[in-house]
Amino acid sequence: MSNRVAVVGVGQTKYAAKRQDVSMAGLVREAAKRALDDAGMTWSDIDAVVIGKAPDMFEGVMMPELYLADALGAVGKPMLRVHTAGSVGGSTGVMATHLVSSGAHKRVLVVCYEKQSESNATWALSIRLPFTGGSVTGAGGYFAPVIRAYMRRSGAPDDIGIKVSVKDRLNALNNPYAHLKIPDISEEMVRESPMLWDPIRYLETCPSSDGACAVVLTDEDTAKGTPNPPAWVHGTAVRSEPTMGAGRDVVNPHAGRDCAKDVYAQAGVTDPRREIDCAEIYVPFSWYEPMWMENLGFAPEGEGWKMVDDGSTSMKGDLPINPSGGVLSSNPIGASGMCRFAEAALQVRGMAGDHQVDGAKLALGHAYGGGAQFFAMWMVGSEKPNA
Amino acid sequence: MSETAEAPGPVTIVETPIHLDYKFTPGVAQSRFLRALERGEITGQRCPKCQKVYVPPRGACSMCGVATDEEVKLSGKGTITTFCVTQIPSPGLVPPYVTAWIRLDGSDITSMFLIQECDPAEVRLGMRVEAVWVEESELVPDLGNIKYFRPIDEPDAEYETYKDYV
Ligand SMILES: [Zn+2]
Repeated sequence: MSNRVAVVGVGQTKYAAKRQDVSMAGLVREAAKRALDDAGMTWSDIDAVVIGKAPDMFEGVMMPELYLADALGAVGKPMLRVHTAGSVGGSTGVMATHLVSSGAHKRVLVVCYEKQSESNATWALSIRLPFTGGSVTGAGGYFAPVIRAYMRRSGAPDDIGIKVSVKDRLNALNNPYAHLKIPDISEEMVRESPMLWDPIRYLETCPSSDGACAVVLTDEDTAKGTPNPPAWVHGTAVRSEPTMGAGRDVVNPHAGRDCAKDVYAQAGVTDPRREIDCAEIYVPFSWYEPMWMENLGFAPEGEGWKMVDDGSTSMKGDLPINPSGGVLSSNPIGASGMCRFAEAALQVRGMAGDHQVDGAKLALGHAYGGGAQFFAMWMVGSEKPNA
Repeated sequence: MSETAEAPGPVTIVETPIHLDYKFTPGVAQSRFLRALERGEITGQRCPKCQKVYVPPRGACSMCGVATDEEVKLSGKGTITTFCVTQIPSPGLVPPYVTAWIRLDGSDITSMFLIQECDPAEVRLGMRVEAVWVEESELVPDLGNIKYFRPIDEPDAEYETYKDYV
């Protein structure tokens, strides 16, 4: 990366099933305003705006970036929309980082959102085509068979997914923005919740959330004058692979492994398990935590579930995963990746409040999307990266 | 703030239905596949580089990036490599119903199909299944010609033979 990039502002809305107190424009503006306040900036300080969200078909609003331009203060400025399915929150952050690292802009506002209460994401994802067979019911219908294959392949105990569900919901209790708050969450409660897409239980899935998340990125000079400590971007990477490729491994996708290797190399990380202090990763279904532990190189293949089982990924473990409560606690789809990136930044800025990981200096933000074929990651640190 | 006739609260939701009818041009490679389906046959296409057989064929191997010209006729029998039992209602389907990833014999990729004529609790990895077609008079150029798959009286496939097909 040529020029250093700093995250100087983070803003999130309260995530909720229905934010009917605001329109889409009101929702994105709420997050953007909070990010600007954190950065000590106003709308006029921003040079360019990058926006991300999931497919237009979700809410039925075509090209919402056009409608949202004025609400985001983008009139008369460059505005760019990024779209890579569920990973979009991550890749939007990466594209915005490039605008600053390349020297094209000094102060970039990045905003991602979804308003699931105005949408029907499950059915927008369940369309049958003339060249495909049986219908899939929503994302769970696609990913449940992948989880079953992982369970068979790894021989993991049946309760690993349940443990992840409890851990993330407990973490969410310490995050004021989290959607799901289940104070009496227990393994028994998760186990007894209804099967939706066997082997995925109701409490092992993410909620449908309304919400927006924003960050302000700047160059090194601008970051000197901001009121709160910045997070420095140590690496960014995006990878993709085809949905239907013969020999493709959907359980442990090649694109995810390559993306992680790339971002580690940029950040100078050789032993990710030891060197990274915490990670916010995209886990919409509980079993994806152990699966991504392997894909991200935190655990050997077939052993990611052991990190869940022995508590390594809990707030008390050596690698806390999703201190914010993760996607399992808040899922404004198009923003969910940006939430991961933003929460990683909050950790290394020491601004994560009650879900702060003590002394976090290096954190990974991760997002995936489509049929687990798009990946986006960034590594952020409390110290400036080597030039 | 309480709502009254004089001071109604904000409008929180307005229903705005959208209905879209799409047209789809399949192109040369998929036309061959769809014409075969119209005859009641299922065909794949082999990659000249990695030799893997795609079904449904998309005209190119997405891993090698080369055209798949060679047509391969398949039997319509296959193995369940993984599956999900859905408990959520879906148009035309009564839960619980099973969607399985099926590796058709002679192909190197899985496709998703419904499993019927079988108790969902009986479905398992490695189960052998066959395609159930619509009546000959109802055949059209659409993979919907295969209504679902059903179990056949064959021993389950060994895990090693299908474990890499997910
Ligand atoms: Zn090939």
